[in-house]
Amino acid sequence: MEIKAIGCEPLSLKRVGIQDGHTLKVYQDTGGYVQLKKAFGMSPDEIIQHVKDSALRGRGGAGFPTGMKWSFVPKDSPKPKYIVCNADESEPGSFKDRYLLEYDPHALIEGMIIAGWALKASTGYIYFRGEYNYLIHIMDRALAEARDAGLLGKNIFGSGFDMDIHTHTGAGAYICGEETALLSSLEGFRGHPRMKPPFPAVEGLYACPTVVNNVETLTSIPQILEMGGIAWRDLGTEKSGGTKLWSISGHVKKPGVYELPMGYADMEKFIMEDCGGMLRDNKLKAVIPGGSSVYIMNAGQILGKNVTLDYEGIVEAGSMLGTGGMMVMDETVDVVETTKNLSEFYKHESCGWCTPCREGTDWLVKIFNRISVGEGRPEDAQLLLDICDNIEGKSFCPLGDAAAWPVQSAIKQFPDDFKKWLTKKANGNGIEANI
Amino acid sequence: MAAATPTSYTDKVIVSDEVAEFSPEIIAEMNEHLAKYPPERKRSALIPILMLIIQRERGWVDNAGVNFLAKFLDLEVTDIWETATFYSMFNLRPVGRHHIQICKTLSCKIMGEPEITEHICSKLGIHPGETTEDGKFTVSLVECLGSCGTAPMMQIGYDFHEDLTIETVDQILDSLR
Ligand SMILES: Cc1cc2nc3c(=O)[nH]c(=O)nc-3n(C[C@H](O)[C@H](O)[C@H](O)COP(=O)(O)O)c2cc1C
Ligand code: SF4
Ligand code: FES
Repeated sequence: MEIKAIGCEPLSLKRVGIQDGHTLKVYQDTGGYVQLKKAFGMSPDEIIQHVKDSALRGRGGAGFPTGMKWSFVPKDSPKPKYIVCNADESEPGSFKDRYLLEYDPHALIEGMIIAGWALKASTGYIYFRGEYNYLIHIMDRALAEARDAGLLGKNIFGSGFDMDIHTHTGAGAYICGEETALLSSLEGFRGHPRMKPPFPAVEGLYACPTVVNNVETLTSIPQILEMGGIAWRDLGTEKSGGTKLWSISGHVKKPGVYELPMGYADMEKFIMEDCGGMLRDNKLKAVIPGGSSVYIMNAGQILGKNVTLDYEGIVEAGSMLGTGGMMVMDETVDVVETTKNLSEFYKHESCGWCTPCREGTDWLVKIFNRISVGEGRPEDAQLLLDICDNIEGKSFCPLGDAAAWPVQSAIKQFPDDFKKWLTKKANGNGIEANI
Repeated sequence: MAAATPTSYTDKVIVSDEVAEFSPEIIAEMNEHLAKYPPERKRSALIPILMLIIQRERGWVDNAGVNFLAKFLDLEVTDIWETATFYSMFNLRPVGRHHIQICKTLSCKIMGEPEITEHICSKLGIHPGETTEDGKFTVSLVECLGSCGTAPMMQIGYDFHEDLTIETVDQILDSLR
């Protein structure tokens, strides 16, 4: 596994892979908690302005501008406020947060305290996916070190500001990465999403104003204060500021976590050179660039197309940046099978709250099951699309869309893979599938 | 499990009135979790205590443990089951001493998961979802565990085993026998 910054200094990866990077000593020896001290000399508005200037967009997948989210928190609310870090990382293809949590827990803690100061939130929770149990232990130790050093608790750095942060475990449910489902889970309930509005910034945890941010988002905050918002933004592009972590898996020679400046050119160079090229020198067939919940791309959308790695570049090329969890597939894969695999994932993870997603994902899997045993019918591609149409935009939360997009894009970009299965129909009438 | 089709909890749960007992040290550990949340929000400690303490101590989420937790958190027993039946990591039936969870999602699938699963199952003589007769091993197929770059992978208990090959799987299983 590679851990590497390309085209920029390692910022998020600064301590990842470093001996004892997770300890307070190494963190402070490498510039840690200096920005926190600085933050206490700044007004909350100044801090929020830096975050706005930075053009930082949430790294959890939705890409919402962080500074704007922070500015939605009502200043005059008499209720307590909360900072919640989303460390649920369960999107297939994403594994970047894991390395930040393992090697640089203090960067997250520092980011959360700065966020707490800027938003007047005195309590923070870090919600870990239950399977990341070893990371909870690392974080608990880091939090204890921070408390002992007076970095958490009462009157931090003599600022008069109090804050504490706690770890919280999930118990296995992808939907709990969705911020409102996460809050339901944090309150001890089933992980069903909640109606928005009210947005968490206004009514979140315990119906109090709450900012939910991803691990990578919050660890970027000290970097932004160190450089200044505009300088940090200028590492990337005007609309996609800063640097971004990419998790690369599948058929490349050097899978891993890579830090790239936003706007990095281009996807082909990244896969074919930076990631060592295709495993066994096979041909590239497909890429899912942003975690499983985005459109699958065929090689023709990438090779020779100069797809820049930022929010806009990937949309232009026909997909989405998502979490930056890039899954690369070579010519040996059958896209019907890979799509079936993802449909099974969404069926398993559908929380069951709303009918289009609960029933729709079940039907997608049923149809893929018959296709995969050679009993697909010529009209099945259209049937899959019809079902997707009844899920997309009609579900209660974005998981429904996320279940539909991989199927829709697979049929669109890889019609031959579907034709192969659907005309090979077991009862052999050889009718050409209509795709 | 984020179950697609809601299943009545009575299908899954063996009902009894027995209430589990825990030592003062374990109760103190539970109180540490409780202290993280506002006093009127005890329910927030439900998942952490059930998962990190009760399931660890009892081996699975059994009725006696749930009955205890309901009292401890001032909740109804049904509140606990309502939550417990949602999440895939709660074992509502006993599992083997070593719970082998093999990731079956895309990156692992294309990097060799099927061979790994086949090998483990034939070596243990069970199918996914089953437990060996001596109660030592349970094999489950699970969704992405955040190790796609080091696929194929599995988690045994909470331990990650990554970049698996048939040889390393053999070594790992032999070390657990
Ligand atoms: C089904 C689903 C799963 C999600 N999983 C995660 C996750 O594991 N981690 C994460 O940070 N955000 C996840 N999100 C996005 C969150 O809802 C939310 O947008 C994010 O945590 C906000 O933080 P950010 O603005 O810093 O990205 C998920 C969203 C959906 C719809
Ligand atoms: S879209 Fe799916 S995951 Fe979201 S609320 Fe509906 S059933 Fe639950
Ligand atoms: S796909 Fe197996 S760990 Fe992500």
